[in-house]
Amino acid sequence: MADTTKKKADKEPLFVVSKRAEMKFGKSLLVRVIAIAAALLVCGVLTLILTKNNPLTIFRTIVNGAVGNETRILETAYQTSILLIISVAVTPAFKMKFWNIGAEGQVIAGGLSTAVMMYYVGGTFAESFGNPLPAWAHTLLILIMTLTALLSGALWGVIPALFKSKWKTNETLFTLMMNYVAIQITEAVRVTINKGGSGKVDSSILVHGWFPKLFGKEYLLDIIIVLIITAIIYVYLKYSKHGYEISVVGESENTARYVGINVQKVIIRTMALSGAICGLAGLLIVGGASHSLDKNMAGGRGFTAIMVSWLSKFNPVVMIFSSLFLVFLQRGAKEVASAPGIGLNESFSEILTGILLFFIIGCEFFINYKVTFRKHTKEVTA
Amino acid sequence: MFKKILVALLTAVMVCGLLASCGGVTTQNNAMTADLLPRNEVEKFTVKDDFKIGVICLHDENSTYDLNFINGINSVKKTLGLKDEQVLIKTGIDEGPVCKTTADDLVSQGCKIVFADSFGHEAYMIEAAKAHPEVEFCHATGTKAHTEGLSNYHNAFASIYEGRYLAGIAAGLKLNEMIADGKITADKAVIGYVGAFPYAEVKSGLTSFFLGARSVCPTATMKVRYTGSWYDQAKEQESANALINNDKCVLISQHADSLGAPTACEMAKVPNISYNGSTYDAGPNTFIISSAINWAPYFAYIIKQVTDGKAIDTDWTGTIKTGSVVLTGINTNAAAKGTEEAIKKAIDDFKAGTLHVFDTSKFTVEGKKLESYLADVDDDGTFTGETEVVKDGYFHESEYRSAPYFDLTIDGIEHFLDESK
Repeated sequence: MADTTKKKADKEPLFVVSKRAEMKFGKSLLVRVIAIAAALLVCGVLTLILTKNNPLTIFRTIVNGAVGNETRILETAYQTSILLIISVAVTPAFKMKFWNIGAEGQVIAGGLSTAVMMYYVGGTFAESFGNPLPAWAHTLLILIMTLTALLSGALWGVIPALFKSKWKTNETLFTLMMNYVAIQITEAVRVTINKGGSGKVDSSILVHGWFPKLFGKEYLLDIIIVLIITAIIYVYLKYSKHGYEISVVGESENTARYVGINVQKVIIRTMALSGAICGLAGLLIVGGASHSLDKNMAGGRGFTAIMVSWLSKFNPVVMIFSSLFLVFLQRGAKEVASAPGIGLNESFSEILTGILLFFIIGCEFFINYKVTFRKHTKEVTA
Repeated sequence: MFKKILVALLTAVMVCGLLASCGGVTTQNNAMTADLLPRNEVEKFTVKDDFKIGVICLHDENSTYDLNFINGINSVKKTLGLKDEQVLIKTGIDEGPVCKTTADDLVSQGCKIVFADSFGHEAYMIEAAKAHPEVEFCHATGTKAHTEGLSNYHNAFASIYEGRYLAGIAAGLKLNEMIADGKITADKAVIGYVGAFPYAEVKSGLTSFFLGARSVCPTATMKVRYTGSWYDQAKEQESANALINNDKCVLISQHADSLGAPTACEMAKVPNISYNGSTYDAGPNTFIISSAINWAPYFAYIIKQVTDGKAIDTDWTGTIKTGSVVLTGINTNAAAKGTEEAIKKAIDDFKAGTLHVFDTSKFTVEGKKLESYLADVDDDGTFTGETEVVKDGYFHESEYRSAPYFDLTIDGIEHFLDESK
């Protein structure tokens, strides 16, 4: 008799994972706060053991590095805005369950065409109308840059979408490949313009078409544009007919077809939008900040953006906070790597960022799923 | 219970073993002879307590190039007794606008001098120099200070082509040894070189290295592969392997900043001449010698000028005499016999001024002796030459500006330019 109950207990798994019904906002927020606290605790203990530094000093350095003075606040705000706009850009496609991992390439396509316009069109303008450019020529140049950036970003997004909707090609592989194509074209252009010893065409060569400074502050125009785009996309996804179509296609293509939505059209239109916004991000990076052409201009943000978008449950407003959080950590970690008297390098700050991300992504699991442990059954010993 | 104790014991044994083996690696550095051109300490002087210098580095100390700068500033810091908060080192600063914001940040923390170490930092350093006229901006390897007309922006470099030439002698002698031992025939004395970008700084370095090798091994030839990046361990290793396996190179040197090439050499048992400092640890059996620029004299110089309220030279070129060109000792595990003596003799010739690296009687370009050359000294973005640099029978490198401008391809060197795979 005792034997059979024991066998039964063995067969039951140690724990069961089941999907939760929607967790209340307050409770899910609490889970996230606990996760971050736990992550900070682990970071602190690890810092203490591995480096003998006071963890509080490290945390203070992180905050100081991200928002310690005006320059740093502006830089953090700018980095956040770029990550945010790319996250916003990939969102419509992901909501449609179109696995676009080509944001990196779409950003580069936009940045590349911006730089090419700055160099060639800007150069021609300067020859014809005088250097520095008169205000109207400068404005016209920025308009041309914007237009080409939007178009090339959109083109980079539409090509995989066309193939997907016409011939059912795999969009994940296709968009990934498009990244490499964009990188290599950028390299080819870079080598044509700059034969020197840095892997980029820098701001001493791309001298025309810089975005104006608002109130004497760099990047401010970039930040404002990004906030406007974020608001527009929020409204577009939530309240427009297009936004609704995207959700339906994402839930089920067959349902969409049944209710009379032209799925092919929605896919192509949405990817054009996604790509165009990525192209705009490229424009903001090149024309609004770096004034240089560099194959690393997107800096992996095309991929980080996917994480931001998913973590924020495709809500552009939440993305503001998610991207700020990630950039805050990165910038802080960078400061940890080089603050005087700490004596650590970038590897350690990457470890810290990794731990924090692990906990944050990990806690999403507990928000979405419930883990039930097997009830402890007392063994009968007699 | 017994099992648990056993596991704990075994773990303890493992950890001890690990620690012991780690300790063993670093101690056996005895195959190296004393430095041929040592890094001497700089002269001591007093610096005010509120003085601060900021140093911007492209990568961190895992890059041999940046490590060389970090070591330079740290040795000056130690000699002058500067405190931690007086020397702010920022690592991992990309060659982009972040360089400008980092410079701004360093200025806002009270730095009187901001230094940047990478070629691509220049445009952003110039922007920063314009924004903060009260702070001195110094940039290594840059080319624009002499045409920019800013009183607070300066370039610096060293006559490292002399150091490369000296290291080249070690390479030539090693080739001679291989020929004498019957390992290769004289016509197979092919050197491989891993370069970052095909522009003057790299070409000047590889040409002087090659001329050093050929001064003792006349049949030497060289093949060069470019990685298109300053720091890409995988690509540098891959390029070195391609040189060894496809191009049949029997000795490798490099001008890129990771340990990729030295590691590939150690695995393939091919001798390696290094740059930026000793890579003995990555290749105890194959590393021969390394030349490097010692930046300590320049750091000391700029700190001294600012302390004394004097102007910093627009272009500053360190030499063997200023202690800026340094050479490690030779690794007796790998170097040929007589290397040390041959290099010492050449050092004396350099000091006496009788030896010129780019002596036009020692090389040809497209089969002809170089009689005249307009070098691209003024870096105006056009990539065309404007300054005559061949006089008195040699190419005058690093005289009209500190950064190198020797960008010719001499006979005997073959470039593989299509590396954009």
